[in-house]
Amino acid sequence: MIGLEHYLFVAASLFVIGIFGIFLNRRNVIIVLMSIEIMLLSINLNMVSFSYFLSDFKGQVFSMFILTVAAAEAAIGLAILVCYFRNKGSISIGSVNSMKG
Amino acid sequence: MYLQNFLAIGLEIYLVFYLLFALSFGVFYQTEKVNRIIFFTSICALLIGTVILLSSFVPSGNFFSGGFVNDSFSNLIKIIILLITSSTLIVSYRSLISNKIMVFEFPILILCSTLGMLIMVSSNDLLILFVGLELQALPLYVLSAFKRKSLRSSEAGLKFFVLGALSSGLLLYGCSLIYGATGSIKFIEISNALVISNSWVLLLGLGFILSGLAFKLSVVPFHMWVPDVYEGSPTPTTLFLATVPKIAALAMTCRLLTSGFDNFINGWQQILCILALFSILFGSLAAIAQKNLKRLLAYSSISHMGFAMIGLATGTPEGINALVSYMIIYLIMTVGVFCVVLSMENSDHNSLNIQGLLGLSEVKPNLAILITFLLCSMAGLPPFLGFFAKYYVFVAAVEAGLVGVVVLAVIGSVIGSFYYLRLVYFIYFGKSESPPHIKMSNIEYYIFLFASLFVIVGTFGFFGIEEVVSSAAKSLFR
Repeated sequence: MIGLEHYLFVAASLFVIGIFGIFLNRRNVIIVLMSIEIMLLSINLNMVSFSYFLSDFKGQVFSMFILTVAAAEAAIGLAILVCYFRNKGSISIGSVNSMKG
Repeated sequence: MYLQNFLAIGLEIYLVFYLLFALSFGVFYQTEKVNRIIFFTSICALLIGTVILLSSFVPSGNFFSGGFVNDSFSNLIKIIILLITSSTLIVSYRSLISNKIMVFEFPILILCSTLGMLIMVSSNDLLILFVGLELQALPLYVLSAFKRKSLRSSEAGLKFFVLGALSSGLLLYGCSLIYGATGSIKFIEISNALVISNSWVLLLGLGFILSGLAFKLSVVPFHMWVPDVYEGSPTPTTLFLATVPKIAALAMTCRLLTSGFDNFINGWQQILCILALFSILFGSLAAIAQKNLKRLLAYSSISHMGFAMIGLATGTPEGINALVSYMIIYLIMTVGVFCVVLSMENSDHNSLNIQGLLGLSEVKPNLAILITFLLCSMAGLPPFLGFFAKYYVFVAAVEAGLVGVVVLAVIGSVIGSFYYLRLVYFIYFGKSESPPHIKMSNIEYYIFLFASLFVIVGTFGFFGIEEVVSSAAKSLFR
């Protein structure tokens, strides 16, 4: 029998994969965008499974909002990325260094 | 009842209609003149919004089955947000033209972000909090990448976007855990559920939510985006970023912690104290090494947010009262300092180096005195208002029993005054071959004059704002 904890475990693993994808990847910024998307989808999984096991619909409504916002976020992220690519000519992570932080 | 609900969000509906109208107007007639018209009507729209709030047209109470709340706290914060946003727009006018980004999208994006902040401040429910926060954050990413031809600007936008999206992911994960543990997303129901159970899932959820919010508030250890984004963004965006989103995020955090997690104060008080101390000390130390004025102000804002968070960590009405006064004073000082930064900027990349202030007192003695007032006030030196802002926060913290935190914060504040006073030293005793080039338009000068006189006159009487602030802070604890 698959219970709530199994869903939560999958969601937590996806979330951690997303976070590590942002910090550990050395290749390009598109992968960062993919990692962000994975994080947001893992949260959706969390919300929907809680909602199912609590027999309460609010989590599903919340996940709809998260999906919508994730779409808007991806659009803005890609737009900024295109803008960056036009200026720099590269989207590798190592090139994002014109200011010392 | 339905009508009441819609009247309650009247201000937000009005701004949405204005935005849609201005956007379609701008898209249909893409001319220089229309860009300016939209710029000025946006300022007017913000001021009209303030009038709507002051005229008590908007009913107060809980609306949309408790998800949206209007009380004197939210009204006060909204008025501050609208006024400071309009003054940042007014001050940015000349800089937008000289940076060649005077297009109608700029004020529209600023207003979108402001709309998100208004929703955040009134939110009483995790879902509305999330939607408001995103509506506030998404335009900011675009605004920091607004100078499309500049590498630094688009890089700042990229960094801000990635870390901002990460922070909203953390916040949402926390929301989902809280929802799972309590079965509710309303602050009041969460608060009731916390009386019954007090599990580690809730603590984890609260930790995730707080770290997501700490990103937005730019406190250490979630501050790494701040200096780069401040430096790379066009200066009008930096001014906006340094002022309004901070008070909106702090006000939202106040409401979340005092009405949602009020029974869990042991959980968040320590976290907030540690975050606050780290930001004060780190912000003060790191600012010493900075050469660029915008980076310096970034670190200065990090340490100021630390002081404000001590007020929040007390969890008492006096603490919230001190926090709101602190933020009002901080916002006015920041707008004043940025008036100078905006007028120093030119096409040269190094124009914002702190060396640019060398010998200012010989060229413009009046301006030099006023800047000195502002800098001393930001440093927190006694005769100026900045000192009293810190003093009230410390008093509230001592009353709440956080004596150790106050001692460390005072040490941090002393370290922090060094880099402000170094700027004063540059202004009065610095020598340079090329005299500083500062040119202000009239309206910029008046706003600057207001800010720098405010920090002196405010010490004699706070223009009756005190009572408003303290009643607002009390309304949060009903």
